[in-house]
Amino acid sequence: MFSHPFMQHAFLAGTAVALAAGLVGYFLVLRAQVFTADALSHVAFTGALAALAAGLDARIGLFAVTIFVALGMGALGRRGRPDDVVIGGVFAWILGLGVFFLTLYTTTRSGSGNGSASVTVLFGSILGLSGSRAVVTAVIALVIGAVLLAIARPLLFASLDENVAAARGVPVRLLGFGFLVLVAGTAAESTQVVGALLILGLLAAPAGAAIRMTTRPLWALGLSAAIAVASVWIGLAAGYAIPKVPPSFAILAVAALTYLVTIAVGQLRHRRHVERRETDPANPQQPRIAALASSTALDEG
Amino acid sequence: MPGGLSDRPALVDVRGATAVLGRRTIWSHADATVTAGEFVAILGPNGVGKSTLLKVILGLVPLAAGTVRLLGRPPGQANHEIGYLPQRRSFDASLRVRGLDVVRLGLDGDRWGLPVRGRRSRAVTERVGELVELVGASDYAHRPIGQLSGGEQQRLLIAQALARRPKLLMLDEPLDSLDLPNQAAIAALISRIARTENVSVMIVAHDVNPILTYLDRVIYLGQGGAVSGTPAEVITSETLTALYGTPIEVLSTSDGRLVVVGQPEAPARHTDRHGGSA
Repeated sequence: MFSHPFMQHAFLAGTAVALAAGLVGYFLVLRAQVFTADALSHVAFTGALAALAAGLDARIGLFAVTIFVALGMGALGRRGRPDDVVIGGVFAWILGLGVFFLTLYTTTRSGSGNGSASVTVLFGSILGLSGSRAVVTAVIALVIGAVLLAIARPLLFASLDENVAAARGVPVRLLGFGFLVLVAGTAAESTQVVGALLILGLLAAPAGAAIRMTTRPLWALGLSAAIAVASVWIGLAAGYAIPKVPPSFAILAVAALTYLVTIAVGQLRHRRHVERRETDPANPQQPRIAALASSTALDEG
Repeated sequence: MPGGLSDRPALVDVRGATAVLGRRTIWSHADATVTAGEFVAILGPNGVGKSTLLKVILGLVPLAAGTVRLLGRPPGQANHEIGYLPQRRSFDASLRVRGLDVVRLGLDGDRWGLPVRGRRSRAVTERVGELVELVGASDYAHRPIGQLSGGEQQRLLIAQALARRPKLLMLDEPLDSLDLPNQAAIAALISRIARTENVSVMIVAHDVNPILTYLDRVIYLGQGGAVSGTPAEVITSETLTALYGTPIEVLSTSDGRLVVVGQPEAPARHTDRHGGSA
């Protein structure tokens, strides 16, 4: 599988992007800003198509527009945190703009350009990355990850306890904006891997799973990144092994499955915990009786 | 009391202060002091600007007139030596972060980068254990804070505020939205900590009764200023009538509780507060 250069590029870029998405995703879930990332993914779509319509490289539009809109959304919200109305408004309007640019692009430039550009932007083209493009993508993703780790603790403080953090001298507002830039960068990056429509899966599902697996914030942060990376690896391998499966779908399927499994395990554990509570303290002999009952049940079976 | 309170250095010194939010004057000509070792309550009806007073002292709200000194320095410059607990924040029930980690934020939550394993990291972990023990939260501090009760969360937040051994605890309505037994327990805890940890306390409250027995002094806040003194001096019909400019009656129940009748606040809340909870 690794003998093909396109697979090498896919793994290189995919791993780095997953790392960034997992780290950023944890804070998105913690700060209840997943919807913000969703809006920014639509911005990424519009940005890419706007650049294409203008005859530029899609990536320029992707990053410039996404980061610009992220900052704008932060400015409209309180303390660098856009509220639902801001997100909803930006969301719909930007997507409408995207449709406009798509029409512009297909009517004026589709003859010279690639007709399937919108499909590529929406659903990703991880197997179509060139070597230099994969390296640039990986470097940007690693920078995003490094910056996020550097601000992790103050960002955690500001996310859980804005007022105390502010009184302690943590630059809450600046962190809010900085985080939005990281989210925008990640959205733009992920667009190239899983596509604008599917970004949320890579941002929310690994983080959601990690949060259910541990209650230690820094462990959850690392775990979220690990699950995202594993999803990309397994997804790429599955996409390679099974020709009909697009890698975007396989990657998100793994991430979503992991999340579902953690929910199921959590509920099972909770039910067992409740059962134990009901039997244990009231009557210390009851567990033994229960054990006896189950052993007789086994005998009968 | 040997030496007397007036000889000690003032931790908080507010003089002739006026606070303006937007275009509304919250209060004016207010004086307030807290000296080392004191347990002081800021009292007054809803909306009179008790929280604003704490924020002014911390430099989070600018002052329109007058002067504020916190530990002898201008507001905002000594906040690292203060333990601040803002008004009631209850964590979302779905928040899956341990109580221990929330307490830990008080120690290293403002540091950049990741914690490195080593002596400092061990010292931090040790201190977190100490704090959790101090507030009596050892049994549940490892559980996700969103799943804890209001009283349990409040204990952990007090531990967080105490993390860096502050000289002064500034607590904004720490008893709000707790049931009566929890109010009494948290009030006793704060008083015990104030003595054992040698920390002064400035506590905002709308009901003085749960903390009455622990108080050295109260500062009653009104729009036109503040009156300060022992509870017996300040919480009287004469003083409060003069402060608010409307007839106010202070009643004392047989078990020593004080009921303030006629405070200038919204009528609906008024009956609720003094009929129901007081």
